[in-house]
Amino acid sequence: MRRPCPWARPWVHTAALIGAAVVGVLSALVAFAETLSADLPARLSETGLYAAGSGGMSVGVLAYAPQYPLWSDGAGKRRWIRLPPGTAIDATDPDAWSFPVGTRLWKEFGYGRPVETRMIERAADGSWRYATYLWNVDGSDAVLAPEKGAVVDVAEAPGGRYVLPSRNDCRACHEGAAVPVLGFSALQLSPDRDPLAPHAEPLAPRMVDLETLAAGGLLENLPDALHRSPPRVRAGEPHARAALGYLHANCGHCHNDAGALDGLQMVLAQRTAPGSDSVAATLDSLLGRSSRFRPNGADSAQRIAADGHHMLTMRMRTANPFARMPPLGVQTVDETGVALVERWIADELENHTGAEP
Amino acid sequence: MIRESSFLAAALAGSLAFAVPMAQADDTAGKLARGEYLVTTSACNDCHTPWKMGANGPEPDMSRMLSGHPQDLELPAPPQPVGPWVTAVTASNTAWAGPWGTSFTANLTPDPDTGLGRWTLRNFVETMRTGRHMGRGRPVLPPMPVAMYRHLSDQDLEAMFVYLRSIPAVPNRVPEPLPPAPEG
Repeated sequence: MRRPCPWARPWVHTAALIGAAVVGVLSALVAFAETLSADLPARLSETGLYAAGSGGMSVGVLAYAPQYPLWSDGAGKRRWIRLPPGTAIDATDPDAWSFPVGTRLWKEFGYGRPVETRMIERAADGSWRYATYLWNVDGSDAVLAPEKGAVVDVAEAPGGRYVLPSRNDCRACHEGAAVPVLGFSALQLSPDRDPLAPHAEPLAPRMVDLETLAAGGLLENLPDALHRSPPRVRAGEPHARAALGYLHANCGHCHNDAGALDGLQMVLAQRTAPGSDSVAATLDSLLGRSSRFRPNGADSAQRIAADGHHMLTMRMRTANPFARMPPLGVQTVDETGVALVERWIADELENHTGAEP
Repeated sequence: MIRESSFLAAALAGSLAFAVPMAQADDTAGKLARGEYLVTTSACNDCHTPWKMGANGPEPDMSRMLSGHPQDLELPAPPQPVGPWVTAVTASNTAWAGPWGTSFTANLTPDPDTGLGRWTLRNFVETMRTGRHMGRGRPVLPPMPVAMYRHLSDQDLEAMFVYLRSIPAVPNRVPEPLPPAPEG
């Protein structure tokens, strides 16, 4: 009588598991490939965000929430990322992640119901392309918006109108930084979340952060120092940390030292790379610095001024659409966010402007 | 034989060393000429150079070439448009009022504080492509025809920028644009 090999069944079991995994990966690859095309998908349901027919998310779609959200006129937002199967983000430069070709990110904007979902995708040539989808009122799907953008009536939005950006507007914001992916970075996904961040959303179950991305093999080469000590804004006081984080998220995608506007020498983006001191760079770019923008009739203007006329916050508060910052995606002032920055300036900076009032 | 080869190599290297700067000079000269041609034929002076009344009528004041709306030109509020006539323009041709508000033509000279002196080629190209100040700020306003100029090639935009960097810098702080007056 032959005794069954004690390893036989385990091997069968393992082979079955491997086979199933291979089939699963292949299926995911096929499904992923089907969502890629030279033309932008005409409908959101064709972008690979949702699983066909189920109403749920596709396999591999991961939800996330940055610790410092961008102010978008109070719209509710949800965000997702999907990497091509078998790929990972290269975090060698922790402040300029390299995303694999085929990476897609989505952000949904809504006022009680979804209104718009934006998508960016890394194309085969390494560039990024942008699309925005306008939701049907019944919430059944969203259709590709015109390249020039659109303005639609949404009763719940400020002023009853909602602006969908043009593709050029997408590029204007996203391509002003070292990497066009905003809000999905070492600082934004740090597990060391800032409890004072304005409008922050709590991490929901199954949302990814820096730890879970790395543990899942979706993030590679993150410097060990950031594993040991999760990235955070290196400010001394809690309100300074939150204010600098707010400026990072709302202004730093243009005002940084690595992108198109580095010539302005205004650094509001924070870095996490070991040894970097971006808080000092921010202070150096604000204190005692003239503002290129000068209100009509003024002889001079300072980014942070001894007399309290700070161009930094004046431009965040103004109703003048030609002077308002950010210049895109905002119709109403973020009172909470601006008040935080004003408090930080009053508490810590006004006595260090390097000028007499 | 070896000496001949060395001599030829040295001569070739010398020729290349001479040829590369020559090629660069030719390239720069070519861009300057192309840029001057484009700037002078694309109506840039019509609005970015202040106009004055000359002996033969209005003409651009080339002593202030491409320096934009004069900072010392104080203006009253623009007239309210009536009927189908919706735009008002100053005699200098540098301040325009319409439904978008009031716009003042920019200083395109290389002055570092008030002109394009701190701009990069990328800032210039992206302004034309996106219709936004420095490629990502406020909208570039009428009458600037960015809808047409955005179709210029990268090479032509670079040539225009190279030429604009070569003209005399004129310190002139152009006012910021004004939004439309509130209705009512």
